[in-house]
Amino acid sequence: MKKIIVLLFTLCLSFNGLAQETGSVLIKNGTVITITNGNKVDTDVLIEDGTITEIGKDLSAPNGVETVDAEGKYVMPGIIDAHSHIAAVDVNEWTNPVTAEVSMEESINPNDINIYWALAGGVTSIHLMHGSANVIGGQNETLKLRYGANMNEMRFKGAPRTIKFALGENPTRVHGQGFGVKPRTRMGVEQVIRDHFDAAQDYKRNRQQYLDAKEAYENGNRDEPPVPVAKNERLEVLVDILEGDVWIHTHSYRADEIAMLMRVFDDYGIENFTFQHANEAFKVAPELKENNAYTSVFADWWAYKFEVYYSTAYNASILNANGVRNSINSDSGELIRHLNHEAAKAVHYGNTSKQDALKMITINPAMQLGIDDKVGSIEEGKHGDVAIWSGHPLSIYSKTEATYVDGKKYFDRSEDKNDMRLQPDAETDFDEGRNRWYNENGRQDKTCLQGAEIRFSKKGMKLNQSNSN
Amino acid sequence: MKYFKRLFTTSLLVLVIGMATHAQITEKASYGKFAITNATIHTVTNGVIKNGIVLIDGETIVHVGKNAKITTDYKRIDASGKHVYPGFMDAGTQLGLQEIGAVAVTNDQAELGDYNPHVRAFTAVNPSSVSIPVTRVNGVTHAISMPVSGQLSGKATLIDLYGYSPDSMAVQPNAAMHLNWPTAQKAGQWDDRSDKEIQKEYKENLKKLNDFWSRAEFYNKMMSAYEQNPDQKEKPDANKKMQAMREVVTGQIPVIVSVDAKKDILNAIEWIEKHPDARFILAGVQDGWRVADEIAEAGLPCLVSTLYTPNRDYDNYQRPYQNPGKLHEAGVKVAIATGGVENVRNAPYHAGFAANYGLGKEEALKAITINAAEIFGVDDKLGSIEKGKKANLFIADGDPFQPMNHITQVFISGYKIPMVSRHTQLYEEYLDRGAKKNN
Repeated sequence: MKKIIVLLFTLCLSFNGLAQETGSVLIKNGTVITITNGNKVDTDVLIEDGTITEIGKDLSAPNGVETVDAEGKYVMPGIIDAHSHIAAVDVNEWTNPVTAEVSMEESINPNDINIYWALAGGVTSIHLMHGSANVIGGQNETLKLRYGANMNEMRFKGAPRTIKFALGENPTRVHGQGFGVKPRTRMGVEQVIRDHFDAAQDYKRNRQQYLDAKEAYENGNRDEPPVPVAKNERLEVLVDILEGDVWIHTHSYRADEIAMLMRVFDDYGIENFTFQHANEAFKVAPELKENNAYTSVFADWWAYKFEVYYSTAYNASILNANGVRNSINSDSGELIRHLNHEAAKAVHYGNTSKQDALKMITINPAMQLGIDDKVGSIEEGKHGDVAIWSGHPLSIYSKTEATYVDGKKYFDRSEDKNDMRLQPDAETDFDEGRNRWYNENGRQDKTCLQGAEIRFSKKGMKLNQSNSN
Repeated sequence: MKYFKRLFTTSLLVLVIGMATHAQITEKASYGKFAITNATIHTVTNGVIKNGIVLIDGETIVHVGKNAKITTDYKRIDASGKHVYPGFMDAGTQLGLQEIGAVAVTNDQAELGDYNPHVRAFTAVNPSSVSIPVTRVNGVTHAISMPVSGQLSGKATLIDLYGYSPDSMAVQPNAAMHLNWPTAQKAGQWDDRSDKEIQKEYKENLKKLNDFWSRAEFYNKMMSAYEQNPDQKEKPDANKKMQAMREVVTGQIPVIVSVDAKKDILNAIEWIEKHPDARFILAGVQDGWRVADEIAEAGLPCLVSTLYTPNRDYDNYQRPYQNPGKLHEAGVKVAIATGGVENVRNAPYHAGFAANYGLGKEEALKAITINAAEIFGVDDKLGSIEKGKKANLFIADGDPFQPMNHITQVFISGYKIPMVSRHTQLYEEYLDRGAKKNN
């Protein structure tokens, strides 16, 4: 009997450990920016056990559900960053131009303070991407910002698998210039991708033939054992890409390389893809539209490297006007803290409406990550991922008041403490803060090339910590 | 009939060419007499004037007020429903010194060597930098551009953002010396030096700075003595570096001291107080809020940005946003400095964050206009909309700290600036591309 109680107890505990924490809350009388169904003034949003169950006037809180007054405030879906490297332990497996087999899956630090800082900017989900050192980098993870949960609980359940590709200067510099292996040019980048897609197709056929033959042999339908075709994790992932099971997010800048990759995708029948950064996407907006491509761009970052010299901050507006589904991303530990203000720049640069600008940080990135049936708008049945803002979220004078993930509050301005770290680490308590202001412009930290900015000199290889993207 | 047809074609052609050149960056700035009418004028120094008039004659503002007789030679600009602000100043950038960060040959902000007081940003400012038009159409009309490397990096220059040569842009060719304070801190998690090593290096660096400074003071003394009495004294040997330090050690131009960590700031203050003949400005100052009282007591103005991540895991998320406000509260004169190159155009948004997190709109406006002008001693020319000051101003359709709003017209030194940059040109070209498709 005792044993059974212990067993039951253990079972309960482990169930608790597995279940993602959800919460319930009734947010009253706010202006609800639904994104998909207009703005609703003086409206209540009821979240029960992590799900939005009702949106309407004069709702009353079920038993035990906390009521929050949002009168004069705005309630908005949690911001989704389609391109982030916060919470990452390692970003670049830069040792080969193709490393499809690696994944950010086991590279998540749920205690990274940057998660909390992002929550304080109204962000609830991120696309944790592999870096841009490789043509075909690693697999990404879509995360919910459940700060302090365990690694598994950070994952966005049901999000499609995605992978990072990278074109242009980053892979050609790291591999062609750094290691003397293909690619050193944009021509080479194309061929690396085609070579590997071809190899994946051959592998799939050969491996299947082998498995069939092996089965036949084991069943006695074949005399000779077949020559084995070994399982190859890298090629397995590439096969999954070709079969549409893994969506591609490609670090890209120039218009020609964007057009190139769309040709390649067309040749291999790949349909779901997003161009990340895509500073020159505006030059091929009609082609992007025709190929149903998505884009995820910076509001205004440019000129930090040559391939972004011919950029324009009007990129997002041009793409939007051409009907391309676009999001605004951060690729930065700093910009993620005020993506609302980055989205507001799409109103400044060009004729994007406020509504469309807000879509670029909510439903559009949700679509690009394949989670738009769950988040990205305030709708009944969707996840309770919302933030309360003191004013219109596109105003520079608005502040995030509270941020909820699955109805559970992860940030509250009124309860915010000085030190929100979950794991104080004596070793990182040294008195930092010597970042020189001229290096500090939001593009250095938590970006694509972390750990892979390699310089070669007579003394050997050196990792450069200060220069990224 | 034929004649009319030809006339029609010709005028159409002229029209088309006219439209085409309109989009060119080569569009000329116009100069002369301008009357901005019906505007809400944010003078900064004399409050807000509703339904006011600003008259510009040449490079100068000749009238600011509610009523004025506007003669017919003034070109009228109706600013009904719009706002006029003094041009914004970014008090710390590398604008014009760097074109593309990752392309080394386009980087002129970092000369080799630790002590370069004689190198001058003024020399290397590229008036054709693509970043300059991109910046000024956002209402940022002038900036401090400075060298950054080593300990004494060289001399910063105060430029306005319209001109075809450094001379025509420079408001103060030598505006300040830039000193990178020798830090006594770990550089980051990858820095594996022991505390002892760090302290040792700091002391060595400080000693070098002190030695250099003492030599400069001595050189200045010798040179001054010789200049006062050339017949009686032997002329000291020429020394470019020491010569460059003379206006620094005597306080003719200020020293911008870049320093971020709390202990470094305190060390810097201690050192600064030992040099009463020179003038100092703190810059960066990311830990300023920690030691705001000490900075205020030392009477040091600060050049700060707001859009950076906290330096320590355990710092509150909003401290960078609050830093200007907390410094101001303690009594420090604050100016906005982005530290940027291509995105100096975001300076208004740095001010907006400062306004929202404690500084308030009015003080934030000062931080990006008159305070910067006062800190660099050019408040007789810049920083507010006043009669007699340079016509550096812009017209906006709303609060310029709001990224959603638009700047509709910029004037720099009286020049009506074409509201065109590479970014607007690409927008016009590609919004509705209309060219053949590729696949």
